[in-house]
Amino acid sequence: MTFNTARTGGLAILAIVIAVAPLGFSNSYFYDVGVNAMFNAILCVGLNLLIGYAGQISLGHAGFFALGAYGSAILTTRYGMPALGALVLSAAGVGLLAFVVGRPILRLKGHYLAMATLGIGIIIHIVLKTEAGITGGPDGLSVDNFKMLGFTVKGDAMWYWVSGLILVFAVWLALNIIDSPVGRALRAVHGSEVGAEVVGVDTASSKVLVFVVSAVFASVVGSLFAHKNGFITPDIGGFFHSVELVTMVVLGGMASTFGALIGAVILTLLPQVLAAVEQYEAMILGAIMMGTMIFMPKGLLPSLIAAVKRRGEA
Amino acid sequence: MSLLRVENLSKEFGGIHAIEGLTFSVDAGDIHSIIGPNGAGKTTLFNLITGVYTPSSGRVLFQDRLVSGMKPYELAALGMSRTFQNLQIFFNMKAIENVMVGHHLHLDRRFLPSLLRLPSVTRRDRECRTYCAGLMEFVGLGKYLDAEAASMPYGALKRLEIARALAAQPKLLLLDEPAAGLNATESREIDEVIKKVASTGVTVVLVEHDMKMVMGISDQILALDYGRKLAEGTPAEVRANPDVVAAYLGAQG
Repeated sequence: MTFNTARTGGLAILAIVIAVAPLGFSNSYFYDVGVNAMFNAILCVGLNLLIGYAGQISLGHAGFFALGAYGSAILTTRYGMPALGALVLSAAGVGLLAFVVGRPILRLKGHYLAMATLGIGIIIHIVLKTEAGITGGPDGLSVDNFKMLGFTVKGDAMWYWVSGLILVFAVWLALNIIDSPVGRALRAVHGSEVGAEVVGVDTASSKVLVFVVSAVFASVVGSLFAHKNGFITPDIGGFFHSVELVTMVVLGGMASTFGALIGAVILTLLPQVLAAVEQYEAMILGAIMMGTMIFMPKGLLPSLIAAVKRRGEA
Repeated sequence: MSLLRVENLSKEFGGIHAIEGLTFSVDAGDIHSIIGPNGAGKTTLFNLITGVYTPSSGRVLFQDRLVSGMKPYELAALGMSRTFQNLQIFFNMKAIENVMVGHHLHLDRRFLPSLLRLPSVTRRDRECRTYCAGLMEFVGLGKYLDAEAASMPYGALKRLEIARALAAQPKLLLLDEPAAGLNATESREIDEVIKKVASTGVTVVLVEHDMKMVMGISDQILALDYGRKLAEGTPAEVRANPDVVAAYLGAQG
């Protein structure tokens, strides 16, 4: 029961925060940052299913994000496909790719899995950069506005409300999965693979499933990002972006959907605040990652909740 | 009728015979204990039966069906469930969720209904939660219904594994040292739990060092030494067997 209150309550708070935040927005730049924060949040909510709940690592999710972005860009501009159709088709393609590569690599554990997913991300990045005939190479591609049913999503404010809706929906989906037979099986894989196997959980398929789901989340966000930004380059699929995504999940809180969301928002806002020291961004990101692992390995939100609980008992 | 048959089973680890040419069978409804000194191959035998290891040679038949080489989750679907000597608890979950994972095979495991939280899924989840709470009461964990698994004491975790295994509603339950590390009182309580489980018609295969427990509750005993069968029979027969006495106490003269 408590879980259900936390769930509906959490969703309500999220919706209210999204609705109220623009009251403090003085110009469209705020909306722009807000949209980016929410895009990252959606992606991290999906990635957290893989990392936080199922206990598997991926250092290649920026690759899936970029594939979604390029899929949408190419299908809409070159083949005149409707934006929604391109988004769905790209997501299906990325899901299929994740399924095909996931089967063999998810048998690896720990560092080995990290290396394999890292490799996938790098391969995708290289392909996007060198297949200039299709992707435009390092020069990038321009993308049209997102049009659907005669309706065009454009401007930062409109994108803000659209991505807010999608974020709430994504969080709802993630919470559904976690508190279901499928989600319990995923968490059991994290807890003890052999323990899960002997009560009937097909652990190999469970891992592939969550890998595919998180890749599809990334791809959908990639598609939206391409339309919102209007221009994409291969660097969105780079290694640094993958590390950034993992850091968001780790900082906010592994195995906490709202934690991952908060991590994504904090790390999206941080560069805006630290614009003066931009050249140190990678260093600061690394320091945050290390600091989190050492001082609050469970992440920001779970550590806060634990602290509040302790205070309540004392 | 025999529920489980092991025929000429062997397992080698780099030239070491952990199990060698072992043949025995377990009758439906029995409590069948496996005893032997440390390193006799008891846990290896469990791992071979439940699909965690693949046999080097020989066969395992469950309900007259060849099952050696099948994956643990496939065997679970056929009605085989087990606990572990070294705990395999899901410490990242609540105690009751551990048991609910045990009931996994009896729930709707399709992705889309779970993703969309269809009413059928939530209803079955509620029923499952009630059922699993009942199982926790059954093994004496009533006061841990709301507990996180990570905050529970060792003795309670031993029972939690039994509850999880029972949630799969197995025909055959394999318990690997359920009393290891427990004090005398806790051991007697586990003893009672095993008897209660057996009385519900579940066949139990038990690996245990606590001889008082083994002699008290077993219908049949298999004694192993160095991966081979040393003796087999009722508790009285095994106790009187000179080879068993020699293996445990050392041979005389």
